[in-house]
Amino acid sequence: MKELIKSLRYTFLALLASLLVGAIIIVVTDIDALKSGDFGKAFSTVFTAYKSLFQGSFWGLRSISNTITGTTPLLLSGLAVSVAFKAGLFNIGATGQMLAGGMTALWVGFTMTGPGWLQVPLAVIAGAIGGALYGGIAGVLKARTGAHEVITTIMLNSIASFLVLWLLKTTTFQREGRPDPISKLVVDEARLPRLFGFLDGRSDLVAHAGFFVALLATFAYWYLLKRTTLGFELRATGLNSDAAKYAGMKSKSLTVVAMLLAGGFAGMAGATEVLGTYGYASTSLAGNIGFDAIAVALLGQSSPIGTLVAAVLFGALQAGGRSMQANTDVPVDLIIVLRALIVMFVAAPLLVKAMFRVKSQVTSQGQTFRGWGG
Amino acid sequence: MKLELRGITKKFPGVIANDSVNLSISTGEVLALVGENGAGKSTLMNVLYGLYKADEGEILVDGTAVNFHSPADAIKAGIGMVHQHFMLVPVFSVAENVVLGSEPTKRFGALDIERARKQVREVSDRYNLNLDPDAIVEDLPVGVRQRVEIVKVLLRDAKIVVFDEPTAVLTPSEIVEFFSIVRTLTDAGKGVVFITHKLKEALTIADRINVLRRGKVVGDADPKTASESHIAEMMVGRPVQLTVNKATASPKQVVLDVKDLSIIDPDGRLIVENVSFNVRAGEIVGVAGVQGNGQTELVEAISGLRRTSQGSLTLDGKDITEASPRQRHTLGMGHVPEDRQRQGLVTGMTITENLVLTRYHDSEFCNGFKMKWSKAKEKAKELVQSYDIRTSDPDQMASTLSGGNQQKVIVARELSRDIRLVLAAQPTRGIDVGSIEYIHEQIVKERDSGTAILIVSTELDEVMALSDRILVMYRGKVVADLDPKKVSHMDVGLYMAGSRPENAVGVNS
Repeated sequence: MKELIKSLRYTFLALLASLLVGAIIIVVTDIDALKSGDFGKAFSTVFTAYKSLFQGSFWGLRSISNTITGTTPLLLSGLAVSVAFKAGLFNIGATGQMLAGGMTALWVGFTMTGPGWLQVPLAVIAGAIGGALYGGIAGVLKARTGAHEVITTIMLNSIASFLVLWLLKTTTFQREGRPDPISKLVVDEARLPRLFGFLDGRSDLVAHAGFFVALLATFAYWYLLKRTTLGFELRATGLNSDAAKYAGMKSKSLTVVAMLLAGGFAGMAGATEVLGTYGYASTSLAGNIGFDAIAVALLGQSSPIGTLVAAVLFGALQAGGRSMQANTDVPVDLIIVLRALIVMFVAAPLLVKAMFRVKSQVTSQGQTFRGWGG
Repeated sequence: MKLELRGITKKFPGVIANDSVNLSISTGEVLALVGENGAGKSTLMNVLYGLYKADEGEILVDGTAVNFHSPADAIKAGIGMVHQHFMLVPVFSVAENVVLGSEPTKRFGALDIERARKQVREVSDRYNLNLDPDAIVEDLPVGVRQRVEIVKVLLRDAKIVVFDEPTAVLTPSEIVEFFSIVRTLTDAGKGVVFITHKLKEALTIADRINVLRRGKVVGDADPKTASESHIAEMMVGRPVQLTVNKATASPKQVVLDVKDLSIIDPDGRLIVENVSFNVRAGEIVGVAGVQGNGQTELVEAISGLRRTSQGSLTLDGKDITEASPRQRHTLGMGHVPEDRQRQGLVTGMTITENLVLTRYHDSEFCNGFKMKWSKAKEKAKELVQSYDIRTSDPDQMASTLSGGNQQKVIVARELSRDIRLVLAAQPTRGIDVGSIEYIHEQIVKERDSGTAILIVSTELDEVMALSDRILVMYRGKVVADLDPKKVSHMDVGLYMAGSRPENAVGVNS
């Protein structure tokens, strides 16, 4: 509970600071208002923009549904980055792992037949396995050859996206009658059920049960870290790999395990997108989520609760951003700026404290990953 | 110049780091400030250097009160500080490092490296520092790097130079050199403040000794008359045992047998060459030697962290040459590694977690998958009690402990297991007198209960005091097997330097 409050406080302060800077950006980019010197209008733009940002994320069922939809893949892929951070690895490969998991889930989702209660979990698990295997490649490369995971995961991202492009043009995956790389549809039984499916005639409420998958995964991540021997080993290795080695832990296999877990989480993100949000796969399946996941993990300081809070915040901004663009002239790109600012404001106190060598709870828990030398 | 601290009080949340401390230092003298870790020495010096603002009290230079808001003010007033951890850029040359922060410039701000070189040469000659201004810092031994720091301070016209634990990183011969530099400084009219917890050194070099305990100056001592044990008592607050109290060993069967062990490092150099020895149950074998003669590698090989290229290792008759560190732990090897912060502890984890770091996989603490944290916490409470680890809560981070208490965590963890052999590298490096005494006691107790103990230490005093048998390593070989009761410090020193004393006595066959 204490952890939650602390993590909420930091996030909230960072959010507030970035909204202030965001307001300045809205004002100074409002050329018309500047020309006419009508600052009143500029400020009312800020007000309307932020009002619709909030309304679009939390006001009403539809907004909440959109926020949930946006949060789900961010949370799962955020966990993928967090678990690697905990083990001292920088996983930039959530994108590739999402694609891998998305494709395996998709394959199970359109080939298998059977009742939904069996199909859905099987397809999600298939996604986790696909992502885990793909993430595991970087782990094995690091353990066996020492190849740095930052390099390999970036490369594996490119490989994955071209692999998906090719797969989507094969007869196994490509939707019949379509010339473009778009996949067959997941059968209805394998689709993640819609959360608000019981409300008749509200097809706009797209939130799906993938959110529960993500919450379950967050709990599993917490359990892993706090309760299991493996979590203990991962944390020890991440904080001090030398001491872990001296204590008899096998750092190489732990590297592989950490990347398998990371890939598993990201794979589930791909799976919930395919089985829930879209119902099919396209080349833009992973979008920017794999990179936003890094920001989510950093903002959440790799803790289970922190990652959850950060993912909800980013999911809300994404949902609200679209309604902000619709209601004002402020482009949705402002959301990207806001997110960047939030991460910067969260990083800044750590940076400042580190500079002045102030010891605090925050710096000791702010351990994210070792540098290139590690 | 005369520098005075009057009634300095500095509080941190929960602790009073300095409690109305009075101190004075004049140019031309050496003042040793001794005290255990955490006694407030560093805080006091940070107040003096303008890094901390005192809550109460004043600083006087030649009788006038001054206000230091930053180190820049302190430097301007003629105070220089050589930190324990050097502030040097490894890839820069000596001259570049020395002028860093106050670079002499030519027109258009170009760096005048010629002038920097000249300055370094001048200072180096004047104080006999023997520094090459063009040498790259990362190529220099630690003792020489320290001289670079000294030049930095001198070039900024320091009249009082503060050394924070300057000998902690030096080898015995570098310490001797360092002392002669300190003398040169005082002869040239500088004042020196020497912060240390090594009493012998304070007695050797200081003109006056001030003892700090729990933030207060508890007494002064005159090095000419005071004894080591007297000062130690002032420091700790109770009589302390400076020598190790132990009965004659009664060695039993061989526990660790090292045969023809050789180690080749990744660069192809032979680091350890054909080393053979054994350690018996109930004896302490000490390995003496100057740092870098293969001891570190030998310990790593025995603990399973480094591959051997030749030879065999046996523990209780079982061949462990190829065994993993975990297997060796399970067979009863306890390891207190050389560098406690890097190898012994995960400082970002709690004390409890650190206390089970090498045994979390025991069925006592986990069921193969799930940790039994309540059991671990019970164990931690028990160990904190029985090993006198000073903490209010075992769930605090290990980083909150003082060095001595961190070391006690490692010792507690390793000795409280069911062990046959203790491998202890530099078990008391950089920790306070009280903790040293305690750890030595524990090691002897472990010996008396029939455990075999191998100690590796670069502190000759420690090896002499603890060991029942001394092995001297020189250039990767064991060059002598000595009886500490019969051999003198001097003779062991000669072996350590690679020569063989005439009429050698105390050599075990």
